[in-house]
Amino acid sequence: MIRNRFKMLRFAFLQSVPVMFGYLFLGTAFGILLEKAGFNFIWAFFASLTVYAGSLQFVIVSFLSAGTALTTVALMSLFINSRHIFYGLSFIENFKKTGKAYPYMVFSLTDETYSILCSLQVPDGMNYNTVIFLIALLNQCYWIIGSVLGGLVGQMIPFDVTGIDFSMTALFVVIFLEQWKTSETHLPALTGFTCSILFLLLLGPDRFLLPSLVATVLLLSVCKPFIKIKEEK
Amino acid sequence: MNTTVHAVLVILIASACTILTRIAPFLLFGRKKELPGIIKYLGSILPSAIMATLIVYCLRNSISIQPLRGIPEIISILVVILLHIWKRNTLISIAGGTAVYMVLIRFVFV
Repeated sequence: MIRNRFKMLRFAFLQSVPVMFGYLFLGTAFGILLEKAGFNFIWAFFASLTVYAGSLQFVIVSFLSAGTALTTVALMSLFINSRHIFYGLSFIENFKKTGKAYPYMVFSLTDETYSILCSLQVPDGMNYNTVIFLIALLNQCYWIIGSVLGGLVGQMIPFDVTGIDFSMTALFVVIFLEQWKTSETHLPALTGFTCSILFLLLLGPDRFLLPSLVATVLLLSVCKPFIKIKEEK
Repeated sequence: MNTTVHAVLVILIASACTILTRIAPFLLFGRKKELPGIIKYLGSILPSAIMATLIVYCLRNSISIQPLRGIPEIISILVVILLHIWKRNTLISIAGGTAVYMVLIRFVFV
């Protein structure tokens, strides 16, 4: 029994290694940025524990230093994370079966955990529910550890770390490339690009995101008959 | 508003809204047998549209306010793309692009 649990933990850990590197690095970048904005590692710990959404947490740093209005915070959080609505759709049946872990599985479904779970093949003799729970939990641990380290190290770093936030842009570019390679049609990506640049030029950097996302969803809904998508597994 | 109170509220609101987006599909469709066609469709095509939007979001100030500021960003994005095509290792692509960006804004495009 204990031996089997250890095997499952080892398996879950191996699956999560790529995310471990990514989260430790990005988490540290987040912790450093937050520290630079005047909020120490305790803030980083609680932000990563309760929010646990990579891209949003980077945006939060600017909200905190700019004293952004709370309604804007709420709307931006909803819209930046609105993509999560579509992640959960693939795991409704699976997560329901995880019993006590169900709420945590729903809470912790980040882009990266989602992508691991999508391609996961659990070996015979291992409990699927336990394995996915361990993967989700390990991933959040990496994220929290990275954030706290960043906050702690940020106080001691003697040199300038300006520009480390480019890691967020780089992460989006990498995810975008992966999606570009695996999708049959590039129309959604191109629609997203065109809409966002158009609305950015029209409305300016502070107000374009929300209208642009709404326009993208509407346009793509209208285009449904013309876009071919992969059949569900 | 006091900075600390504001910060606590920002984190709590961000957390609540994130949870809402993650719990939504389970609340809406958790009891249904078959998902509506439009939801399935959007679920499969939106991620790449949203990623494209987020990239533009990261570059928003360079695109609309300071176009010159965008040159190091464009070069670094190209580095990320090339590294990713070459090695296809997420960490190498992100770390390499970020390192190039940090060097460029210090020594080349000051």
